[in-house]
Amino acid sequence: MASTTSTPVDLSLAFVMTPPPLGDWLVILPPALMIGLGAVLMMMRHSVRLHGVVAVPGLALLVLLDAALLWKVSVEGPVTMVMGRWLPPFGIAFTVDVFGALMALVSAIAALAAGIAALSDISETGRRYGFFPFLMLLMAGVSGAFLTGDLFNLYVWFEVLLISSFGLLILGSEREQIDGALKYAILNLLGTTFFLIAVGYTYAIFGTLNMADLTLRARDISGAPLMTLGGLFILAFAMKAAAFPVNFWLPASYHTPRITVSALFGGLLTKVGIYALMRVMIMLFPVQHEEWSLVIGILALVTMVLASLGMLAQNDLRRLAGYAVILGIGNMLAGIATGTVAGLSGAVLYALHSILAMTALYLVVGRAAALSGHFTLQSIGGIYRRAPAFAFVSLALLLAVAGLPPFSGLWPKIMLVKASIDIGAWWLAAGILVSGFLSTIALGRVFLLTYWRPAPGGDVHDGAAVRTDWTSFGPILGLTAIVTLFGLFPEWPLVLSQAAAIGLMEPAAYIGSVFQGGVAP
Amino acid sequence: MEFLVAILVGAFFSAAIYLMLSKHSVRMLLGIAILGNAVNLLLFTSGRLTREVPPIIGAGMDTLPAGAANPLPQALILTAIVISFSFFAFLLVLTYRAYQELGTDNTDEMRLAEPKDDPMPPIGY
Repeated sequence: MASTTSTPVDLSLAFVMTPPPLGDWLVILPPALMIGLGAVLMMMRHSVRLHGVVAVPGLALLVLLDAALLWKVSVEGPVTMVMGRWLPPFGIAFTVDVFGALMALVSAIAALAAGIAALSDISETGRRYGFFPFLMLLMAGVSGAFLTGDLFNLYVWFEVLLISSFGLLILGSEREQIDGALKYAILNLLGTTFFLIAVGYTYAIFGTLNMADLTLRARDISGAPLMTLGGLFILAFAMKAAAFPVNFWLPASYHTPRITVSALFGGLLTKVGIYALMRVMIMLFPVQHEEWSLVIGILALVTMVLASLGMLAQNDLRRLAGYAVILGIGNMLAGIATGTVAGLSGAVLYALHSILAMTALYLVVGRAAALSGHFTLQSIGGIYRRAPAFAFVSLALLLAVAGLPPFSGLWPKIMLVKASIDIGAWWLAAGILVSGFLSTIALGRVFLLTYWRPAPGGDVHDGAAVRTDWTSFGPILGLTAIVTLFGLFPEWPLVLSQAAAIGLMEPAAYIGSVFQGGVAP
Repeated sequence: MEFLVAILVGAFFSAAIYLMLSKHSVRMLLGIAILGNAVNLLLFTSGRLTREVPPIIGAGMDTLPAGAANPLPQALILTAIVISFSFFAFLLVLTYRAYQELGTDNTDEMRLAEPKDDPMPPIGY
């Protein structure tokens, strides 16, 4: 086709003309690597024995990539890369700041631990059902959600992680799993649909979905129903994060899949909801957040108190762990409700702690059940005699989950309590302390009954010490070591989570990284 | 035109919510299907509905002429349709399996994962 026009087109008006520096590719590599590995593993479906050999080094590589990314953004500030070289806000932007990189790194560590635990926990049937490909795609969704800078793109990553979580949840197709999965699937699909509605209204109001662009415009727009929009976003993300009163899908489903899958879900999925809530309500719509903060605070309080009561009332250890996940969500929401740098950095720190500790908690429950053959507090027992080293590590982890010193749960709780008192919300501080106390009782009882009490049905193993199985004990040990180190030397995570909170409250650097020319059209 | 479609979207939403309040999983599924279409129509309307102004950027212009329908929401819908369709397919199979395995489509009776007579944890040591 011969070109008939001779009008010179100035491409630099629409395109990024300079190729991105090599280091910027780190921004897109985590999701790209995970999607690629997922595809490779799906092609290897006839040789499921090799899945673990490919997946675990892949997840280790993901940890390294995310660590490099975190180092890069903490030194250089937020980094942006746009798809197809279109100038923002037209191209879909991946913008990474300290908050996103931090969450991505910690969730990659949790996924690596779960991947190693899966080597012994997931049978060959489970692998043939596609455990490892689903795990890779789940991590693609999680990393993408943490790294993207575009609201609609965030929705797409939500759906990616949701559909892979469906696959993981029904791995094995047991009757219980199908029951749990039906409730999980319908309610989570509703949650993402609400998110899509909110995205649609956002585009109708602002004409853009780029987060940096939205941040600029939301501050000086008037006459738009932004409060309603904020409410819709809060509802959608509260549903994803399992906040009261839209959290009943979590205790209904999280105890049904294989324990490694529960560990992944408990660690990662709800925190993606918290991340999105913070990103949208704090950075994009700070004015509306202030108006909604009382509601978020009340939701946080009720979530915490009901979750800790739920922990006390559970007989099944896995369901108790599910309520522990919800308790953490309540704490993070309390930090979000305060809306101060101290409260937000407390919430970020709690999210990091919760990702690691919840994954480890489910793995501990799984190993305890594997050692004794029971999941219920009534029948389990005698593990201390059989596996003293494991009992020691479990105690450390249970104390960390309860938020006692010297483990990682302590510091975010202190920050959250102080931040709530600073803004005069004594009831929020009281809620954090009371629910923490109740959860300590529940977890103390778990240790007492599961580890110290002799097995009620008589010890079939004669109390013989068991051989340590490193694929299931190794991840627990590793995660507990990180949690302990994080509690003993909190400076480094503290500084990073403070940087994350400041980056959300004062997004000038984020905006500057997207609009590098300094012009916002 | 937008006004009429807005009313249609509202009707879709109310039908979807009414169906989803049902206890029976098949009705919930129908509700979810209608909800997905309601959201797609909502997105579609948010980009203006008009055929009068073609969405073509003429010579010497940088942007669409005023009043042209915005093609971006239509691209968003395409993504959303694909996603909601695949989810709906998955949910259909899941509901069918649930009906096969659990022998009921009444969600009140699906208590396998959360049994009604779940015992309390031991009070004493």
